[in-house]
Amino acid sequence: MSVQKAAFRAALPHTLPILAGFLFLGISYGFLMISKGFLPLYPIFMSMFIFAGSMEFVTMGLLLTTFNPLAAFILTLTVNARHIFYGISMLDKFKHMGKKKLYLIFGMCDESFAINYATRVPNGIDKDWFMFFVTLLNHIYWVGGATIGAILGKYIHIDTTGIDFVMAALFIVIFLEQWLQNAQHSFSLLGLFISGCCLLLFNDNFIIPAMICIVVSFLLLKKVKEVKADAVN
Amino acid sequence: MQSTSYAIITIAVVVLGTMLTRFLPFIVFPSNKQPAPIIKYLGNTLPGAVIALLVIYSLKDTTILSGNHGLPELISISVIVILHLWRRNMLLSIAAGTIIHMVLLQTIFVG
Repeated sequence: MSVQKAAFRAALPHTLPILAGFLFLGISYGFLMISKGFLPLYPIFMSMFIFAGSMEFVTMGLLLTTFNPLAAFILTLTVNARHIFYGISMLDKFKHMGKKKLYLIFGMCDESFAINYATRVPNGIDKDWFMFFVTLLNHIYWVGGATIGAILGKYIHIDTTGIDFVMAALFIVIFLEQWLQNAQHSFSLLGLFISGCCLLLFNDNFIIPAMICIVVSFLLLKKVKEVKADAVN
Repeated sequence: MQSTSYAIITIAVVVLGTMLTRFLPFIVFPSNKQPAPIIKYLGNTLPGAVIALLVIYSLKDTTILSGNHGLPELISISVIVILHLWRRNMLLSIAAGTIIHMVLLQTIFVG
């Protein structure tokens, strides 16, 4: 079996929850765009090139209001700021990768990041191709969902209430896996606590305050450890 | 709605902004250079917190003080945690949690 084929087979099962979630969300997105009067090409191209779920819903709102590219740019940076953390976390994993790196960075949505970061790629499977296929499959599911929604949304009637929980379920399971695999839990717990508090304080705008608090507290933690170590010496 | 050319510019700006957030760390810390120890430290410690942030983010629309008080989510999360600690099968845990959540919302917590 070729390297790529083996990596594809290893990657596919890990993306199945995303298949369910992205088809559902993508279909809803495509359908919603059409119901607002957009041509099907809009959701198709937006899902292909923006490839950041929540931002695409936000962009729909932007397109329906007055033209203001600067505001759109700043809003995008705010909504997607969390991706900066993904990049910092992936610096090492993407280090010795050729051209695939560009696509992997382009396609690093929440779900692809979470799977690529947390999955222990089995022995004998090429890690780079594994991450490539995880990203590609997720991208295909998302564009596929948006396309189906844009073209067939009007004719599909299944009660899918509650299916969007699949994304929360994915992140919870990945959180649990991280917990079981690592002896060190303080950073996960601190992240959970800070994010929860920021959500209560800032509601929908909690991400950036949470990111700032996480970085600051982690740096303080490092400082405290260093001071302690110095004191011992 | 914006005219086609304005819409294309708006979409392009959103693509640019998104790509900036994704590429920034790789531009600032190219792989041929050793990143500062502080960035290495963040690279090692942030992921746990980021996954936690994603958990909260994906649950942010849960209503605790009104509506169904987050009960369907609480029940589904409990099922996921117990099932995952027991069988440690990611697909099974995710599927079971989601299906239970759907059933709860469509039968018991309608409205």
